[in-house]
Amino acid sequence: MAEKFDLQEREVWDGNYAASQAMRQAKVDVMAAYPITPSTPIVENYGAYVANGYVDGEFVMVESEHAAMSACVGASAAGGRVATATSSQGFALMVEVLYQASGMRLPIVLNVVNRALASPLNVRGDHADMYLGRDSGWIQMDAFNSQEAYDLALCAFKIGENHSVRLPVMVHQDGFITSHTAQNVYPLTDEAAYNFVGEIDPVDDMLDFSRPVTYGAQTEEDWHFEHKAKQHKALMDSVPVIEDVFAEFEKVSGRKYKRVESYMMEDAEVAIVALGTTVETSRVAALRMREQGIKAGVVAPRVFRPFPFDEIRDALENVKSVAVLDRSSPGGAMGAFYNEVSAALYTTENRPLVTNYIYGLGGRDFAVKDAMDIFADQKANADAGHITTDIQQFSGLRGPKLGFFKTKRG
Amino acid sequence: MAITSVKNLKEFSTANDRFEGAHTLCPGCAHSMIVRELMNCTDDNLVVTTNTGCLEVSTAVYPFTSWDTSWMHIGFENAASAAGGAEAMYKARKKKGTLKDNDAPVKFVAFGGDGSTFDIGFQWLSGAFERGHDFTYICLDNENYANTGGQRSSATPIGATTSTAQAGTHSYGKKEKKKDIVAIMAAHGAPYVAQLAPNKWKSMAKGFQKALETEGPCFINTVSPCCTEWRFDPKDTISITDLATDTLMFPIYEIIDGHELNILYRPKNVLPVEEYLAAQGRYKHLFKPENKHVIEEIQKNINEYWEMLQRREEARV
Repeated sequence: MAEKFDLQEREVWDGNYAASQAMRQAKVDVMAAYPITPSTPIVENYGAYVANGYVDGEFVMVESEHAAMSACVGASAAGGRVATATSSQGFALMVEVLYQASGMRLPIVLNVVNRALASPLNVRGDHADMYLGRDSGWIQMDAFNSQEAYDLALCAFKIGENHSVRLPVMVHQDGFITSHTAQNVYPLTDEAAYNFVGEIDPVDDMLDFSRPVTYGAQTEEDWHFEHKAKQHKALMDSVPVIEDVFAEFEKVSGRKYKRVESYMMEDAEVAIVALGTTVETSRVAALRMREQGIKAGVVAPRVFRPFPFDEIRDALENVKSVAVLDRSSPGGAMGAFYNEVSAALYTTENRPLVTNYIYGLGGRDFAVKDAMDIFADQKANADAGHITTDIQQFSGLRGPKLGFFKTKRG
Repeated sequence: MAITSVKNLKEFSTANDRFEGAHTLCPGCAHSMIVRELMNCTDDNLVVTTNTGCLEVSTAVYPFTSWDTSWMHIGFENAASAAGGAEAMYKARKKKGTLKDNDAPVKFVAFGGDGSTFDIGFQWLSGAFERGHDFTYICLDNENYANTGGQRSSATPIGATTSTAQAGTHSYGKKEKKKDIVAIMAAHGAPYVAQLAPNKWKSMAKGFQKALETEGPCFINTVSPCCTEWRFDPKDTISITDLATDTLMFPIYEIIDGHELNILYRPKNVLPVEEYLAAQGRYKHLFKPENKHVIEEIQKNINEYWEMLQRREEARV
């Protein structure tokens, strides 16, 4: 039996500490991990729980992130609760096995503390790693602050381990801005947290020898397509489970989560769509814009995968001009998030104007003023009835202004 | 642990059938003999992980499986990590009492070819051994990337021709020495390391049993002649293995706790290496006059290695 960990009703935790506490409370059976900035403290904190008897599970410190996810896959198929954490290059090294984990339908929880991808080497936060995982078949949830990193980590187990889902889940938080910023966090008691998450009930347990299982079989053109389609369907079908788990979490915590978080969108004329800590910055900017008489709002996917196409569409369809913010180098195209939001808005009657801002790469600060400038651009577009700038712009970049892609409307 | 008797080959070959005969390995491939020996030498429950390679692609093509036990394949390089993860979960669940059967003994075994063991999966293997997981890693060493059509690996010996180290007018095939994986794994301080061969089936089964019984990470390199890439008649697999062990190209020995070396097979008549080389198409070019020096080098290497093994056995250090 694990030692009792004393918790206050209100704790001051950074995002990393919040995530590691959720791992402890969920009574993870195996954590196989490898340290990398800025997610290292999640692994270190867990190591401290192990050293002081606060957890009962096995802590396997492996020799690389690839091995970490490989050991997680082996452990998860062996029927218990599994979690780990990583960032950036470590995430990139894991990618091969991320696809294997989802293909084998293993409910592993991965805390991703978002960080830029080299080169140039950079330890600060952007969403390049998060985007790298977007086709990997995992559920991806996005925390905007420490409290949410804790809450969503608990929800992640309950969603992924649900028998109608059986998929791995990533919980993202922004490197340093969330992971290393101490904030008020209201944890559940250990008992309430574990009651909420519940016991894992394994499917296709490798340690149940009365029913041998083969994991990781080969399929070629005869069956591969059917398997991948089924996997995609499982992701799409996870939506009601995610909503149920959020509703249940509200009952035990009083905190309400939705697949898309809308802020002052009821009457909004212009909107920012963003991920991570930028959501809160943009909300402050929206308030300031409203003081100036501009009806600004903010839309943010809480669940990035499965992509909330319908909810994004419904939240934005009556807006005149929308800015989609991508915190990842677009690599010769529109930002990936821009493309997804635009696709949703193309299906509406109103078809709002949609522009793309690349910002904050490698941890470049994104301030309220930056968000206000973007809102001002949207107001100009809304008034003109067409996009008045290049469709893709760079916000917060030094040197000459960069812009790409032109509109044919207006 | 429940040990199956290894006295009678006929009995032993069907002792504990958990590896189905229905698979798509080449006729004459030694992999299935080695795997069957492992699976038959114990009555304990087995979790088997397998790196990408001939064994994996020939035994688990959906909707079929040859494995009548828990089996997992992830990637080319990570069967050792998967076994380690599963073993950690076994320990965690045993402690919590959440296993279906909390008392039945479970053994963890990882298989890899020489490509995944010597080359691409070496880091994962080394890491798992350093961490001390209680599992047995068995390398099916056929000295090339046979699954992808016979490319050189760091297990390919000097002088063999492969598709990426070809013999030609300007080349006698692979120029580099085979990596000494047994010594490397022994240097990890593993409690049991051995090199075994399927022609010596009793010592192979005993070695497997010793590895399964020993707590901690154990490594066994098995000689697995590959009729397709070594170029010999499929019916000759065991006689080729006899030549491999009788020329001392593949000496059979074990190393306990990283230092105590025991030679497990001493040929009554040590044969010259030409007999082994001449029996395989991959060495055919070595018999041209201009390549005579390569055969001499191979023989010299064998002699030196055998001398080293004997001295180490004697020294007990």
